[in-house]
Amino acid sequence: MQKVAPSQSISIKPRWGNSVGRWLAVGAIVVGLLLPFLPLLIWSFSHRWYFPAVAPTEWSLRAWRYVFGDNTQALQALGYSFVIASATTLLSIAIGIPAGRALGLHEFRGKALVRFLILAPTIVPPLAVAMGIHIVFIRYGLANSLPGVVLVHLIPVTPYMVLVMASVFANYNPQYEEQARTLGARPWQVFWYVTLPAIFPGIIVGGLFAFIISWSEYLLTLLIGGGQVITLPLLLFSFANSGDNAITAALSIVFIGPAVLFLILTSRYLTGRNAAIGGIGRL
Amino acid sequence: MLFGQDIQVAKLPANKPKPQSHRWRERFQLILMLGPALSVIIFLFLGGLGLAVMQSLGYLPFIGQTELSLDAYRSLLSRGEFYRSLLLSLWISFVSTGGATVLAVGAALVLRQPFRGRRWATFVFQLNLPIPHLVGAVGILFLFSQSGFLARLAYLGQLIDNPGDFPALVFDRYAIGIILEYVWKSTCFIGIIVLAVMQSVGEDYEQAAQTLGANRWQRFRYVLLPLIMPGILSASILVFAFTFGAFEVPLLLGQRYPSALPVLAYRYYTDVDLNFRPEAMAVSVVISVLVTVLIGVYVRLSRRLGD
Repeated sequence: MQKVAPSQSISIKPRWGNSVGRWLAVGAIVVGLLLPFLPLLIWSFSHRWYFPAVAPTEWSLRAWRYVFGDNTQALQALGYSFVIASATTLLSIAIGIPAGRALGLHEFRGKALVRFLILAPTIVPPLAVAMGIHIVFIRYGLANSLPGVVLVHLIPVTPYMVLVMASVFANYNPQYEEQARTLGARPWQVFWYVTLPAIFPGIIVGGLFAFIISWSEYLLTLLIGGGQVITLPLLLFSFANSGDNAITAALSIVFIGPAVLFLILTSRYLTGRNAAIGGIGRL
Repeated sequence: MLFGQDIQVAKLPANKPKPQSHRWRERFQLILMLGPALSVIIFLFLGGLGLAVMQSLGYLPFIGQTELSLDAYRSLLSRGEFYRSLLLSLWISFVSTGGATVLAVGAALVLRQPFRGRRWATFVFQLNLPIPHLVGAVGILFLFSQSGFLARLAYLGQLIDNPGDFPALVFDRYAIGIILEYVWKSTCFIGIIVLAVMQSVGEDYEQAAQTLGANRWQRFRYVLLPLIMPGILSASILVFAFTFGAFEVPLLLGQRYPSALPVLAYRYYTDVDLNFRPEAMAVSVVISVLVTVLIGVYVRLSRRLGD
């Protein structure tokens, strides 16, 4: 019997020129991706940094004192952002688990239509939706309020949450629930002790996605919050517009905090093979 | 004995054909399960879209206007500003999507081969996936503005004497700053997806082609590219749709006139003159329709090219 050579041995032998080319390419990728963060970091600690100076001539902690210090504006924006993103995430989990179960475990007539409807907000920009619905929100007192903002944040978040949960339930075996029921477990016990532990990793990944999408949302908050609900991105934008680079930089760094944390927790899942990655394209 | 009984009971329902009443109960359960998600889509998403269309047709009961007409669209189509914004938005989306796609495929080709430090390079590549666009825009602003970081480096290298000599890359006519931000973010997004597709395709096909005498370019063009095309398409569609409808990046990095379509819609919407409302709605409806149509054409074309 002929021995099959392992695939490595046929693959292209790295030549010297090849590997230099690769290092240049890898270097270009890494530098290109990290470059925009460099001025952010320096600016956040600068006091005086006028044109031709490549580094600040005077350093200070003014911007950081503003963000975490006695000024309540930044802390309030952080609080709003956190509360809105958390509420949106919890609601979307509650919506996403049953819908994901229906799509992942059941075959039914009209499933393709349901899937299409749930995916529609990933393609159609939220601008028209938010402008159109604004008037109803004003009528029912939801405009300029936290609940109103949470409600519109559900529009971009729901499709991804449902997609993530549907792919979790597609790999889930409901027979374990049957077993628990025959052993006398009540419905909430089945959910708490059998279903929830099995889908928990999916809830974490989907929940982090939902949190990041809501955390980054600018336009929907601006329109429905009506300038009353000032979240972190809104505050950041007004500083970026006013030209206070130091505070803009410090707020930007705070703003990307959850994103970096998220990446560290989920980089294993961010392979592009799962449906959830689409959510990130929305940011 | 008891154990065996359990298993049998547990398996029973799956083998038995379901009676009619069961099927009805299942349908009812499905409706309950999908209800909350579909309510978000139907009442908030579709409802909002519908209200935008109604208001673009002049249905504004809050200022006593209930007659439907196409006036908003007519007046929009008679404005030069609208066409310039439309062209600008199309330009931004096509160039950003195209540039990001080419760079992403190149980066994925580099990152798919094993080398030392690949894990770190891939981590950096994933790093800006969850970074908000607004932060990317601020980074681009600090880097590329005429008194930005690169201009200072150019001064240090004696390439320019004052900020005005540095080419205008933000707030500029060609929306370079906006495009740079979109390319910076979207390259990683498309790249991660393409990389995953490449890894699931493997190298066997290319090796077969190599033993048949195909050179590097031929292996890429005729073997790998057709295999990864579906991944490239679906990722770049999402990028196109996003860049066409996105608001904050052109608001921060764009010229005031002409502005990208979403910014134009917002400006009309917040105009003190309420008569601009229908036109604001019309612009946002046009954005939604154009995105849908362009993506439909794109998918159909690419399917035909694939056959």
